[in-house]
Amino acid sequence: MTFAFEIPLLVLLILTAASAMLVKDLVSSVFILGSYSFFLALVWAWLGAVDVAFVEAVVGAGLATVLFLLTLFGTNPKDTRLRRPPTPWAAIVGLPLLGLLLMYGANDLPEFGDPASPASTHVSPTYLANSLQDTLTPNVVTSVLMDYRSFDTLIETAVIFTAGVACALLLRRDQG
Amino acid sequence: MLELVGAWLLRPNVVAFVILFLSGFYIMVTHHNLIKKVIGLYILQTSVIFFLVAVSAKTGATVPILLPGANPVDVALYANPLPHVLTLTAIVVQVATLGVSLALAAAIYRQYGSLDEDEVGKRLE
Amino acid sequence: MIQRHDSLIVSILGRGLIPVTQLFGLYVLFSGQQGPGGGFVGGVILATSMLLSLLIFGTDASQSRLAHRALHGDGVGLLLFVFVGGLCMIGGGEVLNYAALEIPGLDVAARRYLGIVLTQIGVALDVAVTGVSIVFSLSASNGDSHA
Repeated sequence: MTFAFEIPLLVLLILTAASAMLVKDLVSSVFILGSYSFFLALVWAWLGAVDVAFVEAVVGAGLATVLFLLTLFGTNPKDTRLRRPPTPWAAIVGLPLLGLLLMYGANDLPEFGDPASPASTHVSPTYLANSLQDTLTPNVVTSVLMDYRSFDTLIETAVIFTAGVACALLLRRDQG
Repeated sequence: MLELVGAWLLRPNVVAFVILFLSGFYIMVTHHNLIKKVIGLYILQTSVIFFLVAVSAKTGATVPILLPGANPVDVALYANPLPHVLTLTAIVVQVATLGVSLALAAAIYRQYGSLDEDEVGKRLE
Repeated sequence: MIQRHDSLIVSILGRGLIPVTQLFGLYVLFSGQQGPGGGFVGGVILATSMLLSLLIFGTDASQSRLAHRALHGDGVGLLLFVFVGGLCMIGGGEVLNYAALEIPGLDVAARRYLGIVLTQIGVALDVAVTGVSIVFSLSASNGDSHA
């Protein structure tokens, strides 16, 4: 897989994120965000993360757009034009400096796509090697998520349940 | 100095991550409208998840689903599955957090009648 | 309180698309072991199918009764996950150590496979019901009653 074809997708990603920021009408901004999620899913599928791309395409381009639109139409759809914010000098000066600092620190990261990078050498080869014998599951991501690291998944399921309960407590107070 | 810029151009994923992260942060800090802030939060979260996935890619490797009949598994042939697991958890928690933030914005609108940060600040007094 | 969409094309397409989406969600859930998919995506696709019926036919329609009934199952997925963990403890191992499930006639690898399938169903139920619940919360207006 040649990673040079990823560069147009990355440029499209940055363009959609910038236009979601600059567009003044909120409903258009939400739809551009949906297309941003879709391009992100394409980039991840290109990098070899199909499970992650699947989840992002369904959740980001599907459910998140619907939640945004329900909130916008439930509050006031006529109130969705923005006015121009006054120029925030602290953010305009400070954030590029932070960006330069992050890029300077990124030079020490291992080379992109290196099979011997520290992220791929300690526990991950044992998961890849033993998944089929231990659990009869060819999909290593599922077997790691639900068997080798099932505590994280249990607590995350509790977090999702709590989020549903919190939304109900905030917005359904007037009902029996 | 010039070789630093050259090193950055060799890592386009990190450059994209930094640009998206900073733009999400900028939207959250500067815009007045509450829904625009939530959009900035969304871009911020997805940029961090993008960085995690970019760490796990390997050149010449395929998706981490084992091919049938591969008995001694060649580890360099498959992409690293561990950041994918962290990423799956992060995405679903992200949509749950999005639901709660939007519910908060809707509750603020019901109580104070406006989604603008300055208006809500004025009506609080 | 979502009103019914008043276009005929959308209603007819929805009537055909909603069962297909539910079937696809179940397929993705159960084929999570052999290919991409699994509990989270299956749950979100099931939530999307119920959400489609809410958006196209309205909150009070007879087609949306599944979405209303599904809200009674809030938290069932989490209970199922913890129940599987408890069964593993009863069998003699630690929590969520599927090799300790007491099922006669299966070897260790098949027990772990079964454990993964059960917990994926639990996660999918939880994610689906939470998705529908958040949509109901966001679309409720003041003085609305939950059927």
